[in-house]
Amino acid sequence: MKKTLMTATLAAAALAGTQVASAARDYITVVGSSTVYPFATVVAERFGKSTQFKTPKIESTGSGGGLKLFCQGVGTQHPDVTNASRRIKSSEVDLCASNGVKDIVEVLIGYDGIVIGNAKAAETMKLTRRDLFLALAKQVPNPDGSENLVDNPYKTWKDVNPALPARAIEVLGPPPTSGTRDAFAELAMEGGCKKFGWIKDIKSQSKKLKKAGQKAEAKAMKKKYKAICHSVREDGPYIEAGENDNLIVQKLNANKNALGIFGFSFLDQNSDMIQGSLVDGKQPTFESIADGSYPVSRPLYFYVKKAHIGVIPGMKEYLAEFTSEKAFGEEGYLTEKGMIPLGDSKRSQVAADVKNLKNLSM
Amino acid sequence: MNSTEKMNTIDLVNKNLAKRYRAEKRFKAYGIASIGFGLLCLVFLFTDIIGKGYTAFVQSYIQLEVNLDADTLDISDPSDPNQIAGANYMGVVKKALRERFPDVSGRRDKRKLYRLVSNGSGFDLRKMLEADPSILNTKQTIWLIADDDIDTYIKSASKDGKVFTGRVDEQAQGWVKSLIDNDEVETRFNTVFFTNGDSREPEQAGIRGAIMGSLFTMFVTLILSFPIGVAAAVYLEEYAPKNKWTDLIEVNINNLAAVPSIIFGLLGVAIFIGMFGMQRSLPLVGGMVLTLMTLPTIIISSRAAIKAVPPSIREAALGIGASKMQMILHHVLPLAMPGMLTGAIIGLAQALGETAPLLMIGMVAFIVDIPGGVADPATVLPVQIFLWSDSPERAFVERTSAAIMVLLGFLIIMNALAVWLRKRLERRW
Repeated sequence: MKKTLMTATLAAAALAGTQVASAARDYITVVGSSTVYPFATVVAERFGKSTQFKTPKIESTGSGGGLKLFCQGVGTQHPDVTNASRRIKSSEVDLCASNGVKDIVEVLIGYDGIVIGNAKAAETMKLTRRDLFLALAKQVPNPDGSENLVDNPYKTWKDVNPALPARAIEVLGPPPTSGTRDAFAELAMEGGCKKFGWIKDIKSQSKKLKKAGQKAEAKAMKKKYKAICHSVREDGPYIEAGENDNLIVQKLNANKNALGIFGFSFLDQNSDMIQGSLVDGKQPTFESIADGSYPVSRPLYFYVKKAHIGVIPGMKEYLAEFTSEKAFGEEGYLTEKGMIPLGDSKRSQVAADVKNLKNLSM
Repeated sequence: MNSTEKMNTIDLVNKNLAKRYRAEKRFKAYGIASIGFGLLCLVFLFTDIIGKGYTAFVQSYIQLEVNLDADTLDISDPSDPNQIAGANYMGVVKKALRERFPDVSGRRDKRKLYRLVSNGSGFDLRKMLEADPSILNTKQTIWLIADDDIDTYIKSASKDGKVFTGRVDEQAQGWVKSLIDNDEVETRFNTVFFTNGDSREPEQAGIRGAIMGSLFTMFVTLILSFPIGVAAAVYLEEYAPKNKWTDLIEVNINNLAAVPSIIFGLLGVAIFIGMFGMQRSLPLVGGMVLTLMTLPTIIISSRAAIKAVPPSIREAALGIGASKMQMILHHVLPLAMPGMLTGAIIGLAQALGETAPLLMIGMVAFIVDIPGGVADPATVLPVQIFLWSDSPERAFVERTSAAIMVLLGFLIIMNALAVWLRKRLERRW
């Protein structure tokens, strides 16, 4: 009996294995950014319920990880769509092209705000991007005014800016693997970093060198500029709290002195417990992010493999659902989930580009 | 001389006796303290999870007079299933809400009003109409699922302590109060939580998809790992010669049992998905990866069970002329079965709670459709917990805890089954 059972098992396993390996996929596979995930999943669910197609499967792999999977090649074992909370890099376009993924459609869907917040019981912080840079950078311009860098000496917010309270700097934020962290470094810290004329000069010098044809020097200069503006201090005040924004929200509630860095949708959902700090005099609200006056916001994208359209059923319809007014429009259901919509003219342009499956141009 | 020495020993014993008793008591107290600490942690964990999660088992419903007239639904031919499927159900729900609160005007306020009920309630209406087409063009009193914000508000208002208003502003609170005063709000057992797959709307989200995914994955794991594990154990115990090769294999099996599970995930990605070109996110692939992980546990426990069968039974069987295979199949395996089953169940319980290797093969994904077999994309229970804990919506906090309770329930059942089997089938020689 044992023998027959075992033979049957092995046969069944082998059969199932070959079947799965050769079966055509009839559902869309989406990978990519954890920031776009909450929005893409809503669209996917609605799409699955209101059409005869199966619900797309969405994995949250991070922007970089998603693009890597996406660029592995053409064929049903590779994903059809990848979400990203930043634009695709030219190196990734090259990787895609080298694996045969040549035609890509880029879709800009909206914006996400990054909030620097604290517990509602504590006072609201009025920060500037300059304060954020000085408080969190690894190296800062010498406080005596000379044009050199010193290891970040600031211990309290008052040291950074006399107008701020004399509380120790304590910021809970995402780890370096997170797209939120990249965006925070680029938008908030670099924004403050540029306020120092001589650091900004490094970037303009790099551009000049590039124009003059000295590519290696230009690259080195740019790297230096990035190292100054994007490096986060590692001596304690910046605490890596993991990718889970809910955890940061809970920790903020327990520790009234700490600030946290997280996505706008978490502020939107937990407005009874936490509040957003003002950045450059602007409160993080739906309106201020949408009109661009709140400085720390970033675009959200997804990328579509053109070769899979027509092969995987429902691709065109999924794109149409995502770029319809009822989804990403001013009052669409994505805004209810905390996504900040594009302007009217931009939206109609995106919808038209998607309809024509316009190729990505860098 | 001799007697004085004896006296001395007894004196010595007596002198130290109190101290020894004290030491004995302390030693016992250490053990009790350890158990107490463990129990305290367990109680803390359970109260936290249950305190946060018990509200997820009920769900608020709002009663509405819905007029299912064909015009608003946009149905011209009721016999056409396509029209029934694509009808404008939210339109009639919105109309019913406007009729219930006639003094609401303005685009913004109306949109706020529509958010009282779940935006998935249109699908519930569709199901009703599909089941009974005769209700078309009639007025029905229907209980619709409340939106998650409203549901959280109602639940926190019925508990004493701080009321959580969240995104529900004063106007909406007024509407909810008026509904409650007219007995048009009801909290019922949350069947949706056990019958639906995942959803981004907390009030529509359920764990059925994850439970089915877990079952299929465990099925594949059991079907592959148990026969392979037992066969390996039988060979190693009964046939294998004792030489440096079998020693090497033994060391490797013990070593594999301690390897972090993520490594099996990487192996799975490289072999099953990379080399064999299988799809990501399938319970079949997940089950195979978990097989790799549970095999060492099953082999080790099966070998221990086979070793525990007394040699006299083997010798007796061989002595009356049984072949070695007959001896193993008729005597050793049946007697070792309880031990092997216990090992398999414990290995499976371990695999049931695993997420790390599944992350690599894409089972950490948003999947709405409930899987119907091992070749449909699926997630598993612990992954569902992980995904919900990372969602911004407040109502997912209680659902996360509720899903943890369900997972703990499954684990308790499996471990209790292992204990029961061992008690029941154990033989003493």
